[in-house]
Amino acid sequence: MINTIWLALILIGFVFAAVSGNVEIVTTAAFEGAKTGVSVCFGLISVLVFWMGMMRIAEDSGLLKKIAKILSPLVTFLFPDVPRDHPALGYILSNMSANLLGLGNAATPMGIKAMQELQTLNPDKDVASPAMCTLLALNTASITLIPTTLIAIRMNYNSASPTDIVGTTLVATFIATVAAILADRWCRRWNLHRDRTPPMKGIPSKPSMKG
Amino acid sequence: MLAFINLISSWAIPLIIAFIPLFAFTRKVPVYESFIDGAKEGFDTAVQIIPHLVGMMVAISVFRASGALDFFVGWTGSFLQLLGVPSEIIPLGILRPLTGTGSLAFATDLIREHGPDSMIGRMASTIQGSTDTTLYVLTVYMGAVGIRNGRYALKVGLFSDAVGFIAAIAVCLFFFG
Repeated sequence: MINTIWLALILIGFVFAAVSGNVEIVTTAAFEGAKTGVSVCFGLISVLVFWMGMMRIAEDSGLLKKIAKILSPLVTFLFPDVPRDHPALGYILSNMSANLLGLGNAATPMGIKAMQELQTLNPDKDVASPAMCTLLALNTASITLIPTTLIAIRMNYNSASPTDIVGTTLVATFIATVAAILADRWCRRWNLHRDRTPPMKGIPSKPSMKG
Repeated sequence: MLAFINLISSWAIPLIIAFIPLFAFTRKVPVYESFIDGAKEGFDTAVQIIPHLVGMMVAISVFRASGALDFFVGWTGSFLQLLGVPSEIIPLGILRPLTGTGSLAFATDLIREHGPDSMIGRMASTIQGSTDTTLYVLTVYMGAVGIRNGRYALKVGLFSDAVGFIAAIAVCLFFFG
């Protein structure tokens, strides 16, 4: 799917630029985009280096395992196929709590660390495991308790009560998260089912290269 | 409420920064060496993400600069307007999964233009707070571990963005309408 979206974005962009008679826009935009990509990564370096350093301390001291143990009912429900004492669970939990508190900068490195730990359990290193998909679903739904950036912007524009969107955000984010978890569960089951269904007689499940 | 939130956001990270090394030190962990080990890994990860992010940003940038994004925003906008969604807010729903800075700029502009306490200002704030830049999140997370096939993750992410967008509008209409 990501292949299709990527190709579609570029091709549709090319066609629009060509039709409007400014094909050269594609060139400038491509290099601008590349520049943005690198500068975002450079911005991430400091955050990743610092927080992954801190998280390593937390892991070496056993703190992550402790947190994982306390909240294990929640994570075993969400991640049934990750062993209960695996370090991935600690990182997943730190990622979730950083998201909840709206500490965007701290949440990403912990999420990446969780992905790396989940990758050690993944039999096929090129394909996302179901546990990874669940973690991604939780992150794209972005469970937020306190939308700090938005509160700051509202204060900036002299809102009479900058925080009155905390309640609505909480409800909307909760609904989106539940929807994400349900959709993830549904896809997970559907995928398992598909992977296990034996090919029907006479019809090869995949087109064969042999004549 | 505001004071409490400010208190949390100013204390949370400093407390974490102080607590983790202190806890580890009492467990006899060589804290500095641990930090350096993890930090090295952080650097490698950041470098590994570069190709993924450059690829995605190029595609989005071309799509945006060519006018294609504006076209689709206008087209779906007139469709969703039929369903009673305020037309000013619709571009935000389409921008949100694609670009974090783009959608934040757009939301800020809506808040500035219509006022933070207007219905549109509140909707924009709620949408921005309850959804995430799915394409960026997936690129960074999967790029960091070298996953090529994300299976159904993108579908689920875009679906939850759509649900979050609709829920935000409905909840705002219910609470502030």
